[in-house]
Amino acid sequence: MTIVAIKILLVSISAGVLGSILGLGGGIIVTPALTLLFGVDIQHAIGASLISVIATSSGAAVAYIKDGITNIRVGMFLEIATTVGAITGALIAGLISPNLLYIIFGLLLLYSALAMLKKTKEELPEEVPLHNVAKTLKLQGEYYDKALKKNVSYNVDNVYSGFGVMYGAGIISGLLGIGSGSFKVMAMDVFMKLPLKVSSATSNFMMGVTGAASAGIYLYRGDISPIISAPVAIGVLIGATIGAKIMQRLKSKTIRKLFIPVLMYVAIQMMAQGLGVKL
Amino acid sequence: MSEMMNKDTQGPSKEPNEVEIFVSKSLRFGVLLSGAVILIGLVLFLSSGEGGYPGDSYPTRLRDIFAGAFDRKPFGIILAGLVLLICTPIMRVGISALVFLKEKDWLYVGISTVVFLILVSGFFFGK
Repeated sequence: MTIVAIKILLVSISAGVLGSILGLGGGIIVTPALTLLFGVDIQHAIGASLISVIATSSGAAVAYIKDGITNIRVGMFLEIATTVGAITGALIAGLISPNLLYIIFGLLLLYSALAMLKKTKEELPEEVPLHNVAKTLKLQGEYYDKALKKNVSYNVDNVYSGFGVMYGAGIISGLLGIGSGSFKVMAMDVFMKLPLKVSSATSNFMMGVTGAASAGIYLYRGDISPIISAPVAIGVLIGATIGAKIMQRLKSKTIRKLFIPVLMYVAIQMMAQGLGVKL
Repeated sequence: MSEMMNKDTQGPSKEPNEVEIFVSKSLRFGVLLSGAVILIGLVLFLSSGEGGYPGDSYPTRLRDIFAGAFDRKPFGIILAGLVLLICTPIMRVGISALVFLKEKDWLYVGISTVVFLILVSGFFFGK
Protein backbone atom coordinates (compact mmCIF):
# COMPACT_ATOMS: atom_id res chain seq x y z
CA MET A 1 0.00 0.00 0.00
CA THR A 2 2.79 2.40 0.96
CA ILE A 3 4.60 1.67 -2.31
CA VAL A 4 1.47 2.42 -4.36
CA ALA A 5 0.93 5.65 -2.41
CA ILE A 6 4.51 6.72 -3.12
CA LYS A 7 4.11 5.92 -6.81
CA ILE A 8 0.89 7.97 -6.99
CA LEU A 9 2.72 10.74 -5.13
CA LEU A 10 5.55 10.79 -7.69
CA VAL A 11 3.17 10.85 -10.68
CA SER A 12 1.24 13.66 -8.97
CA ILE A 13 4.39 15.72 -8.43
CA SER A 14 5.03 15.67 -12.19
CA ALA A 15 1.37 16.48 -12.84
CA GLY A 16 1.67 19.48 -10.51
CA VAL A 17 4.85 20.71 -12.22
CA LEU A 18 3.38 20.49 -15.73
CA GLY A 19 -0.04 21.77 -14.66
CA SER A 20 1.33 24.86 -12.97
CA ILE A 21 3.66 25.71 -15.89
CA LEU A 22 0.92 25.42 -18.52
CA GLY A 23 -2.00 26.78 -16.51
CA LEU A 24 -3.82 23.46 -16.67
CA GLY A 25 -5.08 21.48 -13.73
CA GLY A 26 -2.88 18.45 -14.01
CA GLY A 27 -5.99 16.32 -14.57
CA ILE A 28 -4.57 15.65 -18.02
CA ILE A 29 -1.91 13.49 -16.35
CA VAL A 30 -3.69 12.39 -13.17
CA THR A 31 -6.81 10.89 -14.78
CA PRO A 32 -5.08 8.65 -17.37
CA ALA A 33 -2.26 7.73 -14.94
CA LEU A 34 -4.69 6.60 -12.25
CA THR A 35 -6.89 4.61 -14.62
CA LEU A 36 -4.16 3.08 -16.81
CA LEU A 37 -1.24 2.61 -14.38
CA PHE A 38 -3.04 2.03 -11.11
CA GLY A 39 -6.33 0.49 -12.29
CA VAL A 40 -8.48 3.08 -10.51
CA ASP A 41 -12.04 3.28 -11.84
CA ILE A 42 -12.90 6.41 -13.84
CA GLN A 43 -15.30 7.80 -11.23
CA HIS A 44 -12.66 7.96 -8.49
CA ALA A 45 -10.00 9.07 -11.00
CA ILE A 46 -12.15 12.09 -11.93
CA GLY A 47 -12.70 12.85 -8.24
CA ALA A 48 -8.93 12.79 -7.67
CA SER A 49 -8.37 14.90 -10.79
CA LEU A 50 -10.69 17.55 -9.36
CA ILE A 51 -8.57 17.56 -6.20
CA SER A 52 -5.51 17.89 -8.43
CA VAL A 53 -7.02 20.95 -10.16
CA ILE A 54 -7.69 22.70 -6.84
CA ALA A 55 -4.27 21.76 -5.42
CA THR A 56 -2.42 22.97 -8.55
CA SER A 57 -4.34 26.22 -8.49
CA SER A 58 -3.73 27.13 -4.86
CA GLY A 59 -0.21 25.68 -4.70
CA ALA A 60 1.03 27.58 -7.76
CA ALA A 61 -0.91 30.78 -7.02
CA VAL A 62 1.02 31.35 -3.78
CA ALA A 63 4.20 32.01 -5.80
CA TYR A 64 2.61 33.47 -8.94
CA ILE A 65 0.71 36.13 -6.99
CA LYS A 66 3.65 36.99 -4.75
CA ASP A 67 5.85 37.42 -7.83
CA GLY A 68 3.18 39.54 -9.53
CA ILE A 69 2.61 37.28 -12.56
CA THR A 70 -1.07 36.63 -11.86
CA ASN A 71 -3.44 39.40 -12.93
CA ILE A 72 -5.93 39.28 -10.05
CA ARG A 73 -8.31 41.78 -11.66
CA VAL A 74 -8.52 39.84 -14.90
CA GLY A 75 -9.01 36.64 -12.88
CA MET A 76 -11.74 38.02 -10.62
CA PHE A 77 -13.60 39.63 -13.53
CA LEU A 78 -13.52 36.49 -15.68
CA GLU A 79 -14.55 34.32 -12.74
CA ILE A 80 -18.03 35.83 -13.12
CA ALA A 81 -18.19 34.15 -16.54
CA THR A 82 -16.70 30.81 -15.43
CA THR A 83 -18.83 30.41 -12.31
CA VAL A 84 -22.10 31.30 -14.11
CA GLY A 85 -20.97 28.94 -16.89
CA ALA A 86 -20.24 26.17 -14.39
CA ILE A 87 -23.73 26.44 -12.93
CA THR A 88 -25.23 26.50 -16.44
CA GLY A 89 -23.25 23.37 -17.25
CA ALA A 90 -24.37 21.57 -14.10
CA LEU A 91 -28.01 22.52 -14.82
CA ILE A 92 -28.03 21.43 -18.48
CA ALA A 93 -25.97 18.31 -17.82
CA GLY A 94 -29.05 16.15 -17.43
CA LEU A 95 -31.14 17.93 -20.05
CA ILE A 96 -29.16 17.77 -23.26
CA SER A 97 -26.74 15.39 -24.87
CA PRO A 98 -23.30 16.91 -24.44
CA ASN A 99 -22.02 15.36 -27.70
CA LEU A 100 -22.62 18.44 -29.83
CA LEU A 101 -20.96 20.63 -27.19
CA TYR A 102 -17.92 18.33 -27.13
CA ILE A 103 -17.55 18.69 -30.89
CA ILE A 104 -18.01 22.49 -30.83
CA PHE A 105 -15.55 22.98 -27.98
CA GLY A 106 -13.12 20.48 -29.52
CA LEU A 107 -13.15 22.50 -32.74
CA LEU A 108 -12.65 25.71 -30.76
CA LEU A 109 -9.59 24.23 -29.09
CA LEU A 110 -8.22 23.02 -32.40
CA TYR A 111 -8.70 26.52 -33.82
CA SER A 112 -6.80 28.04 -30.91
CA ALA A 113 -4.01 25.47 -31.23
CA LEU A 114 -3.63 26.62 -34.85
CA ALA A 115 -3.79 30.27 -33.80
CA MET A 116 -1.04 29.52 -31.29
CA LEU A 117 1.12 27.87 -33.96
CA LYS A 118 1.31 31.25 -35.70
CA LYS A 119 2.60 32.78 -32.50
CA THR A 120 5.45 30.32 -31.87
CA LYS A 121 8.09 32.86 -32.85
CA GLU A 122 6.57 35.63 -30.77
CA GLU A 123 7.93 36.01 -27.22
CA LEU A 124 5.50 38.75 -26.12
CA PRO A 125 2.32 40.10 -27.75
CA GLU A 126 3.03 43.27 -29.69
CA GLU A 127 1.01 46.45 -30.19
CA VAL A 128 -2.10 45.27 -28.42
CA PRO A 129 -4.76 48.03 -28.20
CA LEU A 130 -6.40 48.65 -24.83
CA HIS A 131 -10.06 47.68 -25.07
CA ASN A 132 -12.53 50.26 -23.69
CA VAL A 133 -14.00 47.87 -21.14
CA ALA A 134 -10.51 46.76 -20.11
CA LYS A 135 -9.68 50.40 -19.42
CA THR A 136 -12.79 50.86 -17.25
CA LEU A 137 -11.97 47.66 -15.35
CA LYS A 138 -8.27 48.54 -15.06
CA LEU A 139 -7.29 45.16 -16.50
CA GLN A 140 -3.95 46.19 -18.02
CA GLY A 141 -0.89 45.27 -16.02
CA GLU A 142 2.82 44.77 -15.60
CA TYR A 143 5.06 41.92 -14.45
CA TYR A 144 8.75 41.17 -14.10
CA ASP A 145 9.85 38.47 -16.53
CA LYS A 146 12.67 36.44 -14.97
CA ALA A 147 13.64 34.86 -18.31
CA LEU A 148 13.86 38.18 -20.16
CA LYS A 149 15.13 39.97 -17.05
CA LYS A 150 12.88 42.98 -17.59
CA ASN A 151 9.52 44.46 -16.68
CA VAL A 152 6.78 43.75 -19.18
CA SER A 153 3.78 46.10 -19.44
CA TYR A 154 0.77 44.80 -21.33
CA ASN A 155 -2.67 45.81 -22.56
CA VAL A 156 -5.84 43.74 -22.75
CA ASP A 157 -7.95 43.43 -25.90
CA ASN A 158 -11.25 41.74 -26.93
CA VAL A 159 -12.78 41.64 -23.47
CA TYR A 160 -16.19 40.49 -24.76
CA SER A 161 -14.85 37.49 -26.73
CA GLY A 162 -12.62 36.52 -23.79
CA PHE A 163 -15.59 36.72 -21.45
CA GLY A 164 -17.65 34.60 -23.87
CA VAL A 165 -14.99 31.89 -24.16
CA MET A 166 -14.67 31.87 -20.36
CA TYR A 167 -18.41 31.29 -20.10
CA GLY A 168 -17.93 28.29 -22.42
CA ALA A 169 -15.02 27.11 -20.26
CA GLY A 170 -17.34 27.29 -17.26
CA ILE A 171 -20.00 25.19 -19.02
CA ILE A 172 -17.38 22.54 -19.84
CA SER A 173 -16.26 22.52 -16.19
CA GLY A 174 -19.81 22.14 -14.95
CA LEU A 175 -20.51 19.30 -17.38
CA LEU A 176 -17.29 17.40 -16.83
CA GLY A 177 -16.14 18.48 -13.38
CA ILE A 178 -12.78 19.66 -14.67
CA GLY A 179 -10.96 22.98 -14.40
CA SER A 180 -10.86 23.42 -18.21
CA GLY A 181 -7.56 25.28 -18.00
CA SER A 182 -6.91 24.90 -21.72
CA PHE A 183 -9.95 27.08 -22.48
CA LYS A 184 -8.95 29.65 -19.90
CA VAL A 185 -5.42 30.01 -21.25
CA MET A 186 -6.84 30.20 -24.77
CA ALA A 187 -9.35 32.94 -23.86
CA MET A 188 -6.60 35.08 -22.38
CA ASP A 189 -3.77 34.28 -24.81
CA VAL A 190 -5.54 34.04 -28.18
CA PHE A 191 -8.49 36.40 -27.61
CA MET A 192 -7.47 38.95 -24.97
CA LYS A 193 -3.84 38.92 -26.12
CA LEU A 194 -2.25 38.80 -22.68
CA PRO A 195 1.36 37.60 -22.35
CA LEU A 196 1.43 33.78 -22.14
CA LYS A 197 2.92 33.70 -18.64
CA VAL A 198 0.20 36.00 -17.33
CA SER A 199 -2.45 33.86 -19.09
CA SER A 200 -1.06 30.67 -17.56
CA ALA A 201 -0.71 32.07 -14.04
CA THR A 202 -4.14 33.70 -14.14
CA SER A 203 -5.73 30.51 -15.50
CA ASN A 204 -4.12 28.65 -12.59
CA PHE A 205 -5.47 31.22 -10.19
CA MET A 206 -9.03 30.90 -11.53
CA MET A 207 -9.14 27.13 -11.85
CA GLY A 208 -9.36 26.48 -8.12
CA VAL A 209 -12.57 28.49 -7.91
CA THR A 210 -14.10 26.65 -10.87
CA GLY A 211 -13.06 23.33 -9.34
CA ALA A 212 -14.31 24.20 -5.87
CA ALA A 213 -17.70 25.14 -7.36
CA SER A 214 -18.38 21.52 -8.31
CA ALA A 215 -16.22 19.70 -5.71
CA GLY A 216 -19.03 19.57 -3.14
CA ILE A 217 -21.18 17.49 -5.46
CA TYR A 218 -18.35 15.03 -6.12
CA LEU A 219 -17.53 14.73 -2.42
CA TYR A 220 -21.16 14.05 -1.56
CA ARG A 221 -21.37 11.38 -4.27
CA GLY A 222 -18.35 9.59 -2.76
CA ASP A 223 -16.16 10.14 -5.83
CA ILE A 224 -13.34 11.63 -3.74
CA SER A 225 -11.60 8.59 -2.24
CA PRO A 226 -9.24 9.35 0.67
CA ILE A 227 -6.70 6.62 -0.27
CA ILE A 228 -6.30 7.90 -3.83
CA SER A 229 -6.85 11.62 -3.31
CA ALA A 230 -4.45 12.03 -0.34
CA PRO A 231 -1.21 11.22 -2.23
CA VAL A 232 -2.54 13.12 -5.27
CA ALA A 233 -3.19 16.26 -3.20
CA ILE A 234 0.21 16.20 -1.47
CA GLY A 235 2.13 15.34 -4.64
CA VAL A 236 0.40 18.02 -6.71
CA LEU A 237 0.94 20.68 -4.02
CA ILE A 238 4.67 19.90 -4.03
CA GLY A 239 4.80 19.78 -7.84
CA ALA A 240 2.88 23.03 -8.29
CA THR A 241 5.22 24.85 -5.92
CA ILE A 242 8.23 23.67 -7.93
CA GLY A 243 6.51 24.33 -11.29
CA ALA A 244 5.66 27.91 -10.35
CA LYS A 245 9.38 28.58 -9.84
CA ILE A 246 10.44 26.85 -13.08
CA MET A 247 7.83 28.55 -15.27
CA GLN A 248 9.04 32.05 -14.47
CA ARG A 249 12.51 31.19 -15.77
CA LEU A 250 11.26 29.64 -19.00
CA LYS A 251 10.80 31.68 -22.15
CA SER A 252 7.21 32.12 -23.30
CA LYS A 253 8.21 30.53 -26.61
CA THR A 254 9.27 27.37 -24.78
CA ILE A 255 6.04 27.26 -22.74
CA ARG A 256 4.04 27.66 -25.95
CA LYS A 257 5.89 24.75 -27.56
CA LEU A 258 4.88 22.57 -24.60
CA PHE A 259 1.34 23.91 -24.68
CA ILE A 260 0.38 23.36 -28.34
CA PRO A 261 0.67 19.54 -28.42
CA VAL A 262 -1.26 19.29 -25.14
CA LEU A 263 -3.98 21.51 -26.61
CA MET A 264 -4.16 19.37 -29.77
CA TYR A 265 -4.42 16.24 -27.65
CA VAL A 266 -7.32 17.63 -25.59
CA ALA A 267 -9.06 18.93 -28.74
CA ILE A 268 -8.89 15.56 -30.48
CA GLN A 269 -9.92 13.68 -27.35
CA MET A 270 -12.92 15.99 -26.91
CA MET A 271 -14.09 15.67 -30.52
CA ALA A 272 -13.65 11.90 -30.38
CA GLN A 273 -15.81 11.80 -27.28
CA GLY A 274 -18.46 13.90 -29.06
CA LEU A 275 -18.46 11.55 -32.01
CA GLY A 276 -18.62 8.53 -29.73
CA VAL A 277 -15.22 7.21 -30.79
CA LYS A 278 -13.27 5.58 -27.99
CA LEU A 279 -9.58 6.43 -28.01
CA MET B 1 15.87 56.67 -19.75
CA SER B 2 18.08 56.06 -16.73
CA GLU B 3 14.96 55.00 -14.89
CA MET B 4 14.32 52.44 -17.61
CA MET B 5 17.85 51.10 -17.21
CA ASN B 6 17.35 50.75 -13.51
CA LYS B 7 14.20 48.76 -14.12
CA ASP B 8 16.06 46.41 -16.39
CA THR B 9 19.06 45.83 -14.20
CA GLN B 10 17.75 45.94 -10.68
CA GLY B 11 15.04 43.34 -10.93
CA PRO B 12 11.35 43.86 -10.39
CA SER B 13 10.36 47.50 -9.95
CA LYS B 14 6.77 46.63 -9.18
CA GLU B 15 6.22 45.92 -5.51
CA PRO B 16 3.32 43.54 -4.88
CA ASN B 17 0.31 45.55 -3.71
CA GLU B 18 -1.76 44.90 -0.61
CA VAL B 19 -4.35 42.79 -2.42
CA GLU B 20 -1.64 40.54 -3.85
CA ILE B 21 0.14 40.10 -0.53
CA PHE B 22 -3.05 39.26 1.35
CA VAL B 23 -4.40 36.88 -1.26
CA SER B 24 -1.03 35.12 -1.56
CA LYS B 25 -0.72 34.76 2.22
CA SER B 26 -4.26 33.45 2.64
CA LEU B 27 -3.65 30.87 -0.08
CA ARG B 28 -0.38 29.79 1.55
CA PHE B 29 -2.17 29.39 4.87
CA GLY B 30 -4.88 27.25 3.24
CA VAL B 31 -2.35 25.13 1.34
CA LEU B 32 -0.07 24.49 4.34
CA LEU B 33 -2.96 23.71 6.70
CA SER B 34 -4.79 21.36 4.35
CA GLY B 35 -1.53 19.73 3.19
CA ALA B 36 -0.47 19.06 6.81
CA VAL B 37 -3.86 17.58 7.78
CA ILE B 38 -3.92 15.33 4.69
CA LEU B 39 -0.33 14.19 5.37
CA ILE B 40 -1.10 13.33 9.01
CA GLY B 41 -4.13 11.30 7.92
CA LEU B 42 -2.15 9.52 5.20
CA VAL B 43 0.73 8.61 7.54
CA LEU B 44 -1.74 7.32 10.16
CA PHE B 45 -3.48 5.23 7.52
CA LEU B 46 -0.27 3.79 6.05
CA SER B 47 1.22 2.98 9.46
CA SER B 48 -1.90 1.30 10.84
CA GLY B 49 -3.34 -0.07 7.60
CA GLU B 50 -6.77 0.91 8.95
CA GLY B 51 -8.97 3.67 7.58
CA GLY B 52 -11.14 3.67 10.70
CA TYR B 53 -14.28 2.66 8.81
CA PRO B 54 -15.69 -0.78 7.97
CA GLY B 55 -14.21 -2.29 4.79
CA ASP B 56 -13.12 0.27 2.21
CA SER B 57 -15.90 2.70 3.11
CA TYR B 58 -15.43 6.36 4.03
CA PRO B 59 -17.72 9.24 5.02
CA THR B 60 -19.12 11.57 2.33
CA ARG B 61 -21.05 14.11 4.38
CA LEU B 62 -19.33 17.08 5.99
CA ARG B 63 -20.67 16.27 9.47
CA ASP B 64 -19.50 12.64 9.33
CA ILE B 65 -16.12 13.66 7.90
CA PHE B 66 -15.36 16.10 10.71
CA ALA B 67 -16.78 13.76 13.37
CA GLY B 68 -14.41 11.07 12.02
CA ALA B 69 -11.48 13.46 12.04
CA PHE B 70 -12.11 14.34 15.69
CA ASP B 71 -12.24 10.60 16.49
CA ARG B 72 -8.78 10.40 14.86
CA LYS B 73 -9.97 8.05 12.14
CA PRO B 74 -7.36 8.25 9.32
CA PHE B 75 -9.94 8.50 6.49
CA GLY B 76 -11.84 11.17 8.43
CA ILE B 77 -8.65 13.19 8.87
CA ILE B 78 -7.67 12.87 5.18
CA LEU B 79 -11.13 13.92 4.00
CA ALA B 80 -11.22 16.83 6.46
CA GLY B 81 -7.91 18.00 4.94
CA LEU B 82 -9.34 17.63 1.43
CA VAL B 83 -12.39 19.69 2.45
CA LEU B 84 -10.03 22.41 3.75
CA LEU B 85 -8.19 22.28 0.40
CA ILE B 86 -11.49 22.66 -1.49
CA CYS B 87 -12.47 25.61 0.73
CA THR B 88 -9.17 27.43 0.11
CA PRO B 89 -10.12 29.04 -3.26
CA ILE B 90 -13.59 29.98 -1.96
CA MET B 91 -12.01 31.63 1.07
CA ARG B 92 -9.63 33.43 -1.31
CA VAL B 93 -12.57 35.03 -3.16
CA GLY B 94 -14.10 36.22 0.12
CA ILE B 95 -10.76 37.63 1.32
CA SER B 96 -10.22 39.45 -2.01
CA ALA B 97 -13.60 41.16 -1.58
CA LEU B 98 -12.57 42.32 1.91
CA VAL B 99 -9.17 43.63 0.79
CA PHE B 100 -10.72 45.50 -2.16
CA LEU B 101 -13.19 46.95 0.34
CA LYS B 102 -10.33 48.16 2.50
CA GLU B 103 -8.71 49.76 -0.55
CA LYS B 104 -12.09 51.35 -1.44
CA ASP B 105 -11.93 49.81 -4.91
CA TRP B 106 -15.72 49.62 -5.19
CA LEU B 107 -15.85 48.18 -8.70
CA TYR B 108 -13.83 45.14 -7.57
CA VAL B 109 -15.64 44.86 -4.26
CA GLY B 110 -18.72 44.39 -6.44
CA ILE B 111 -17.06 41.90 -8.81
CA SER B 112 -15.60 39.75 -5.97
CA THR B 113 -18.91 39.78 -4.10
CA VAL B 114 -20.80 38.69 -7.23
CA VAL B 115 -18.34 35.80 -7.76
CA PHE B 116 -18.63 34.81 -4.10
CA LEU B 117 -22.45 34.82 -4.25
CA ILE B 118 -22.47 32.80 -7.48
CA LEU B 119 -20.11 30.26 -5.86
CA VAL B 120 -22.27 29.92 -2.77
CA SER B 121 -25.49 29.69 -4.81
CA GLY B 122 -23.77 27.01 -6.90
CA PHE B 123 -23.76 24.77 -3.87
CA PHE B 124 -27.55 25.07 -3.64
CA PHE B 125 -28.05 24.41 -7.34
CA GLY B 126 -25.90 21.33 -6.94
CA LYS B 127 -27.98 19.78 -4.20
